[in-house]
Amino acid sequence: MPIDTSEPSMADRVRSVVDRHRGDRGALLPILHSLQAEFGYVDQAMIPVLAAELNLSRAEVHGVVTFYHDFRAEPAGRTVLKLCRAEACQSVGAEDLVAHAETRLGSKIGSTTADGQVTLEQVFCLGNCALGPAGQVNGRLYGRLDAARLDGILDAEAERA
Amino acid sequence: MTITIYVPRDSAACSVGADAVASAITREAAASGADVRVVRNGSRGMLWLEPLVEVATEAGRIGYGPVSASEIPALIEAGLFTGGAHGKRLGLVEELPWMADQQRLCFARVGVTDPVSADDYLAHGGMAGLRRALTMDPAEVVKEVTDSGLRGRGGAGFPAGIKWNTVHNTPGELKFVCCNADEGDSGTFADRMLIEGDPFCLIEGMAIAAYATGASEGYVYLRSEYPDAVATLRQAIEIAYARGWLGQDYLGSGQRFDLFVRVGAGAYICGEETSMLESLEGKRGMVRSKPPIPAITGLFGKPTVVNNVLTLASVPSILAQGAAAYAALGVGRSLGTQVFQLAGNIKHGGVFETAFGMSLATLVNDYGGGTRSGRPVRAVQVGGPLGTYLPASTMDLPLDYEAFAAAQAMLGHGGIVVFDDTVDMASMARFAMEFCAEESCGKCTPCRVGSVRGVETIDRIVAGVEPEANLVLLGDLCELMTDGSLCAMGGLTPNPVLSALRHFPEDFTARHEGTAP
Ligand SMILES: Cc1cc2nc3c(=O)[nH]c(=O)nc-3n(C[C@H](O)[C@H](O)[C@H](O)COP(=O)(O)O)c2cc1C
Ligand code: SF4
Ligand code: FES
Repeated sequence: MPIDTSEPSMADRVRSVVDRHRGDRGALLPILHSLQAEFGYVDQAMIPVLAAELNLSRAEVHGVVTFYHDFRAEPAGRTVLKLCRAEACQSVGAEDLVAHAETRLGSKIGSTTADGQVTLEQVFCLGNCALGPAGQVNGRLYGRLDAARLDGILDAEAERA
Repeated sequence: MTITIYVPRDSAACSVGADAVASAITREAAASGADVRVVRNGSRGMLWLEPLVEVATEAGRIGYGPVSASEIPALIEAGLFTGGAHGKRLGLVEELPWMADQQRLCFARVGVTDPVSADDYLAHGGMAGLRRALTMDPAEVVKEVTDSGLRGRGGAGFPAGIKWNTVHNTPGELKFVCCNADEGDSGTFADRMLIEGDPFCLIEGMAIAAYATGASEGYVYLRSEYPDAVATLRQAIEIAYARGWLGQDYLGSGQRFDLFVRVGAGAYICGEETSMLESLEGKRGMVRSKPPIPAITGLFGKPTVVNNVLTLASVPSILAQGAAAYAALGVGRSLGTQVFQLAGNIKHGGVFETAFGMSLATLVNDYGGGTRSGRPVRAVQVGGPLGTYLPASTMDLPLDYEAFAAAQAMLGHGGIVVFDDTVDMASMARFAMEFCAEESCGKCTPCRVGSVRGVETIDRIVAGVEPEANLVLLGDLCELMTDGSLCAMGGLTPNPVLSALRHFPEDFTARHEGTAP
């Protein structure tokens, strides 16, 4: 099969993201957010391209990417479930909820289910501390979670597949 | 006549169904042919009543809550559109004790207005502070803020006027105003609610700071955990530009001020101001040693004001009403109002803005209604994950910076997290160490390594392995972290740990006796 040259290479796509942030001061973080929004993760192969474009060393770029919890090294599942484990949520049963989620999904905090559908992550505070336990599903905030409510949300997400 | 119904768009309200309630009202109103306008306001801060629906009547705004989408047809049947009787009817919202007893300055408009309506903002006193500031010299504006007694709301309580004065007096072609909206502490959500509920207030506060200090660019460092706040603030900034409240010659000031939103990337330490500046510069969020202070050498080495969201959002009302009016509130050196946040195992959780000086017990037991579980309050942590755990017996403490410091506690950001008697304080102490290990920037050894050792040591104590020796070791570790850490992350982590030990020693031994190997 001939190579489809109408598809821009990853390096070109990375460069076009960088171009969109040319005017930003200290642009690396906004660029990494944009890359993760576009690709779903920040690939190792992007690092040399970023280093060259921004006149930084590869080590510097690598250091930044790995410092922040948000940037993933590989794609996440279709649904990303983040459960809050900070103090206020702990006071109303966050740990039981995490245990329930791990059992239901059959995978641990920080990993993706075997079928690649759901990534389960921990987070420390979502700013919903009066309505805990709190969680976030694909960026949407949920409050007053319990096992039944969480199951309902995950079922609804699975149905949308 | 058009009927106006309010349903909050605040993400906490939406986290328990406000969007579905708003759609149900729109749908049912259309079906019945009623002329209804649904306004998506911020939250009133009575989070246990969310979703809180309000209807504007001649007598005032009448509330119903908490309301679910499935209840909407019955509510309409009962006369929701005219404030009719129903089991969920609360009466006039402004007259509920929780609302009536507050002194809302910073949060005056939150829950009242449509957060992204510039006209609403103006109609409710918006821009009066900036307008007055522009009739004064920048130095007079700085003095007004100094005279108000306003102290930083981000935790340390440093006087805002002194900081502004340093930036004002430091020469520079380029200066910055940076708003710290990282709000990583558990139990705090007022920054988020202010940004989602009244973003123009923050914009106005930053514009005043820019005028007072001669800054031409502003950045709001907003955490990625708050996507709704990011979207609302970006929308409000666009509107502010269109109104001439930002940009070249903003509001006829003769100066330029540009404002940008920067999203964090999930690192608690980036709430520390120098770490935040590193992050804004596109680097790892490693804490800088001070001096130099950011007011002199800040973002990209330029003079920079760094203030918390609520500090900046308090400024418009101070300028509008005058320093004296603000300074008349509060106690001792804790002047003005604080936006307290009641969270955790609490019956009536939410935001409560009042003058400094109310007792913690009044806030938690009377307004907060005690625990959500109905069990006795056992411990309260004030000031976030680095704050002290207070036992129920010491809760008559007045809410003011100095009184808390005197009691080896800290008021911090005003976040209050309540625990009932099922809490295991040894596990909370362990969590404090674990959190420090997870979120340490890694620059200094006491914090990076000490916290990991702290977790191990608490595990041994709880397991009954040489508890006496390990308790001594834990004490030493805490001393080392307090004395040897560059910033408050490592320096204050001993606070929750030692207070848990001090006030709840039984959790570290008695409960676990017999489990020793
Ligand atoms: C570990 C750590 C985390 C912090 N997190 C925040 C935060 O989330 N928001 C904030 O405004 N200040 C935070 N601070 C305090 C800031 O360093 C700084 O004092 C504050 O933003 C200054 O603003 P203010 O004077 O208006 O309070 C933190 C400090 C430390 C040591
Ligand atoms: S105390 Fe911890 S977070 Fe603060 S500078 Fe040192 S290592 Fe970094
Ligand atoms: S502690 Fe869980 S949302 Fe704040």
